[in-house]
Amino acid sequence: MGSIFQIILQRLALGILTLLIVSIVIFVAVNALPGDFAQAILGQGATDEAVAQIRADLGLDQNYFMRYFSWLGNVLTGDLGISFAQMNFASNMGGDQLVGVVEQIAPRFKATMFLAGVTAMFAVPISITLGVLAALYRNSIFDRAVNITTLSSISSPEFFLAYILILVLAVLNPIFPSLSNVYEGMALGEKLNRTMLPALTLTLVVTAHMMRMTRAAIINLLASPYIEMARLKGISPMRVIVRHALPNALAPIINVIALNLAYLITGVVVVEVVFVYPGIGQLFVDSVKIRDIPVVQACCLIFAAAYILLNLMADILSILSNPRLRHPK
Amino acid sequence: MSWLMHLILILIATAVVPWMFRFAGQKFTGNKPFFRDMPFAVAFGYVAGLLVLIAAVSYYFRPLEVNGVPSAGVIFFRWAVQGFIGFAIVAYLFRLFGRAVGTAGTRKLFRAMPLTAAFGVLVILLYAIVSIFAGSIAPYGQEEIFANANIVPGGNPMMGGDPNFPLGTDQIGRDIYSRLIYGAQNTVGIAFATTCLAFFVGGSLGFLAAIVGGWLDQILSRTVDVLMAIPALIFALLLMTIASVWSNQLGVDRTIFMVLIIAMIDSTRVYRLSRAVGQNIVVMDYIEAAKLRGEGMGYLIFKEILPNAMAPLLAEFGLRFCFVFLTIASLSFLGVGIQPPLADWGTMVKDLSQFINFAAFAPNVATAPLLAAGAIALLTVAVNFVVDWMLHKSSGLKD
Repeated sequence: MGSIFQIILQRLALGILTLLIVSIVIFVAVNALPGDFAQAILGQGATDEAVAQIRADLGLDQNYFMRYFSWLGNVLTGDLGISFAQMNFASNMGGDQLVGVVEQIAPRFKATMFLAGVTAMFAVPISITLGVLAALYRNSIFDRAVNITTLSSISSPEFFLAYILILVLAVLNPIFPSLSNVYEGMALGEKLNRTMLPALTLTLVVTAHMMRMTRAAIINLLASPYIEMARLKGISPMRVIVRHALPNALAPIINVIALNLAYLITGVVVVEVVFVYPGIGQLFVDSVKIRDIPVVQACCLIFAAAYILLNLMADILSILSNPRLRHPK
Repeated sequence: MSWLMHLILILIATAVVPWMFRFAGQKFTGNKPFFRDMPFAVAFGYVAGLLVLIAAVSYYFRPLEVNGVPSAGVIFFRWAVQGFIGFAIVAYLFRLFGRAVGTAGTRKLFRAMPLTAAFGVLVILLYAIVSIFAGSIAPYGQEEIFANANIVPGGNPMMGGDPNFPLGTDQIGRDIYSRLIYGAQNTVGIAFATTCLAFFVGGSLGFLAAIVGGWLDQILSRTVDVLMAIPALIFALLLMTIASVWSNQLGVDRTIFMVLIIAMIDSTRVYRLSRAVGQNIVVMDYIEAAKLRGEGMGYLIFKEILPNAMAPLLAEFGLRFCFVFLTIASLSFLGVGIQPPLADWGTMVKDLSQFINFAAFAPNVATAPLLAAGAIALLTVAVNFVVDWMLHKSSGLKD
């Protein structure tokens, strides 16, 4: 079993290296900004002393190399800095109760995770069932209908699906609220009720991907000789798929699920904005609009880390489930 | 306990009705193999489909008004069904037309075309025509502002409409119909230009890496790996933040930055594919022969590799266009994409979205944002249908 741990450690190290390089890319991109943060924080009418004060506070007088490592050190110790909006407020209005970016992000991160979790709970069983059924009755009317529906829902923008769902389930038939005003300490039932529409939108997008890939993975397997053998034995088609094809298709399907959860991360941004869901995506977009660099940087890093982590997990799971991948040629 | 009784009754019905359906089929057709070998699940599927169809038809013919109040659900459902059937009929006629007119090659192409692909080709053609001739089709200019803002779509003066503005005007008094048409030019045109740029950069670098190999391949591939580790939309938003500051300083339009940024991000995906395809081609004998003839790098890329890599690249072009188009629409929807006063569908959806809340009382008011969002969805669905068909055709998948 030593070799498996070795491979996993190898992948993990590779993932951490990627994350490190991504952090450099983000740092370089942010520092390509013209002018200087101090000016950006305080706006046009800032006094020279205030600008100098902020520059010293942020360590902008040091060179890029030092700044990168001090930023990285701060990130690793859980200090993501203070948002420009907060600093601006403090420098103009006085007061020193600054809320750090970490405290801003933490509840929103939890909310986004909740949304992603609810989505996955719907999407995974539905897409696997649909994928198996479509593979079983391939080229039938059912298969074609599912195919056209999923292809359409993959290719529509998220906000189109979101507004259609709002139209049908919130405006015409008031079942769910169209604004997902979720806060901490809410009863779970109420929270679920308000999360339902964004979760359904994301489910529509993700299910389509997962279902198509599940169908392709199973159809791919159906050409194998042992499936032919099972068929010749006279087993029913359902049993061929559930007992013979599905366990072997599990590896690609797990892979697909992990990849789609990674895809959820980008989809979440638009959906959160449509439903005003207080998650990390909304915070990100708001910060992008007001150019609040520390928050943008932190959100970007979190999104990239989650993305890399999920891809890494897909990688490791597929190695674990397929012994052939453990011994690369 | 009544809901428990209902549940039990429904469960019994689900078990019995499909069985009866199959039994009746067997009796009436004299035990034809179709019914004889039908599994229970398939019978269940047919019965469920039939029930859904009956429900849909009965809902379709419900009255449009109850005591003077419009029942919006029925109206929207009728529009959706009429749109669906209308598109299907037009696509069918278009396929018939394509089979009868044109050269032998195109006629053969149309003969084997599924209806979805015909629909896709038709929609793409329509969009191309509208976006090229937007200036002469649109009744008003995209930046023209009229005195009356927020005119309701429908053109009925009794309902707050205006026959001069069939789809109404937006919150500052611009004609929505004209802006939708100009949106085709701006959104589709910019997306197309971005995709072309991404393909030019990604494609040539990918082929170059495939031919040269060695350290150049290593540097390019590792760079692409890093850039692909950041989710595309997130990276685009980060870079747009920075670009918005630069565009203010340099006085360059933000849209140009957006084109460059999205082209950069998407060229990494194109690079991956063209490098993989190129590597398979580079080992061929005719490349060796061309190299021995002393042909230059440009000749190798554009005259030897490109024609042989055309099929996968063309399919990728369609998919890539969809991604770019959706990214631009999403960025515009989030407020950092194509900037006003240019008309653009993503921004229009954002600006008009609150009208959806009036759908229950006045269905026509809610159409404007849905039309803009639908215009985006229609094009991407069409492109995907065509690409799906092309992939199916070139892979020769039959099962």
